[in-house]
Amino acid sequence: MNVLEVKNVSKRFGNLVAVRDVSLTVKKGELRAVIGPNGAGKTTFFNLISGFFPPSAGTVIFEDMDVTDLSAQKRVVLGMARTFQITEIFPELSVYENVRIGAESAAGFRLRPWLSAVEKSEIRNLVDETLALCGLTDKAGRLVGELAHGHQRATEIAMALTLRPRLLLLDEPTSGMGDQETYEITQLVRRLHRDSNFTIVLIEHDMRVVFHLADFITVLDQGALLAEGTPKEIEANPAVQAAYLGKAA
Amino acid sequence: MIKGRTSRLLVLAAIWAALIAAPYWMPLFGGYTALGSRVLVLALGAMSVNFLLGFTGTLSFGHAAWFGLGAYGAGFCLKWFALSSPLGLLAGTLLGGIAGTLLGALLVRRRGVYFAMVTIAFGQVFYYIAFQWSSVTGGDDGLRGFSRQPLHLGFTTIDLLNNADAFYYFVLVCFAAAVGLMGFILRSPFGRTMIAIRENERRARFLGIPVELHIWIAFSLSCFFMAFAGALYAELNNFADPRVLHYALSGDFVIMAVMGGMRTFWGPLLGAIVFVVLQDYLSSVTVNWMSFIGILIVLIVLFFPRGILGLIRQRSAA
Repeated sequence: MNVLEVKNVSKRFGNLVAVRDVSLTVKKGELRAVIGPNGAGKTTFFNLISGFFPPSAGTVIFEDMDVTDLSAQKRVVLGMARTFQITEIFPELSVYENVRIGAESAAGFRLRPWLSAVEKSEIRNLVDETLALCGLTDKAGRLVGELAHGHQRATEIAMALTLRPRLLLLDEPTSGMGDQETYEITQLVRRLHRDSNFTIVLIEHDMRVVFHLADFITVLDQGALLAEGTPKEIEANPAVQAAYLGKAA
Repeated sequence: MIKGRTSRLLVLAAIWAALIAAPYWMPLFGGYTALGSRVLVLALGAMSVNFLLGFTGTLSFGHAAWFGLGAYGAGFCLKWFALSSPLGLLAGTLLGGIAGTLLGALLVRRRGVYFAMVTIAFGQVFYYIAFQWSSVTGGDDGLRGFSRQPLHLGFTTIDLLNNADAFYYFVLVCFAAAVGLMGFILRSPFGRTMIAIRENERRARFLGIPVELHIWIAFSLSCFFMAFAGALYAELNNFADPRVLHYALSGDFVIMAVMGGMRTFWGPLLGAIVFVVLQDYLSSVTVNWMSFIGILIVLIVLFFPRGILGLIRQRSAA
């Protein structure tokens, strides 16, 4: 079954065409990487999928439902969660509180004046499980704003996971991180994909990470689709090499 | 953890003990009971503003509108409809709260300065209505000819009008109920979404929270609390005039919240105490009392941006 079908989307900002006629199909359980040189339109493309802004043309279909005109918030409710290149968290709250807000929202408790004891323990269990999955159990009581960058990113991923998303969108999950942090986040994404069977689309510039993780790779260049295939095919593709090494070819 | 909880309970107990005993210790410092009632009413207003400012991150600069509508609502009720202090409070709360809820729907898409500007505009609309519509509101002279009524409890009757202490405790009970409800809301799942919106609106949206709806609800709740405070204010003074709707008063509430510490629950109470007591004392010494309060605000904002209570918290944490 296809979780995500993007059909011929384009996005114009005035005269600039940031994304030009790109299509993409992601199957259930797949891990897809979107790569490309700086300014290739990767993040814009992500924003079109997650509903940050609407496309100028084309359609976005999520689990056989046309979501092109739905707001970002409605897409989240349908089961699409995302993280951002610049971590978006609640800095003055603890890790536990950050993740709990996601869990309560996903459980449909966001307007509730109180929770029953059973509901409270359900939320607590979900939060504890998610924290354990993301390796944050010993950080639960710390303020997120005081944590290292890698743990902040892990918290953001944990928040997205509490939504039990059927499509997880990760925008450069290892950006700005050192080797050790990059390794930890890569391992986390791998666990989510292999063990928990999440369908994931991620943008990444670190090629080690991409070739290590991805089932399929989509390459964008100057807003357009340049190539698509398995890591091996992409590695051997002359057009991709040219795009990354310069316009000589 | 346990230490934190114990010290929090101790602070709470100290706050309520001080408020309950106020009529007995205030005279020792040159205070009087009616001043205590005034502090409580304005503190409730400041806490209502802070419910929105400190916990949803949305600055309303026109909250006096709902405070003033609450005051006029209570006045109208006591003057024309029912001679009952609680019904007056109810009428004021409903008038201000419902008006705030309806108009709030128009501003939830505005943010920051634009939100503040539109709230000022709404406030001034009501100010000029009250100012011009003399036949109903009494115009510039204010709404007169009503007074708070004795409270009938079945087994006994409490004279709220002539017994200042009795009225203080009536206000304190109202204050406690409103503040308790506020604290309860802030600790609920809904309250946590308010804090989420304050902390990071984009993240809140991408957790599936419809941000506009939640801001609207928080705004409406804040308006009801504000109108309740305004209704108490009318019964405190047995009078309402257009100044209770003016944006200068909105500014006073914001100042109390910022001075006391807007990220804290009790900060605005502290801010209101400092503001009202200083105003009472300084205005008997000089007509330029506002400039002294102004200097104090500048100093606090410059040196203790988290307010007086924020400073105390920092000290005790260090």
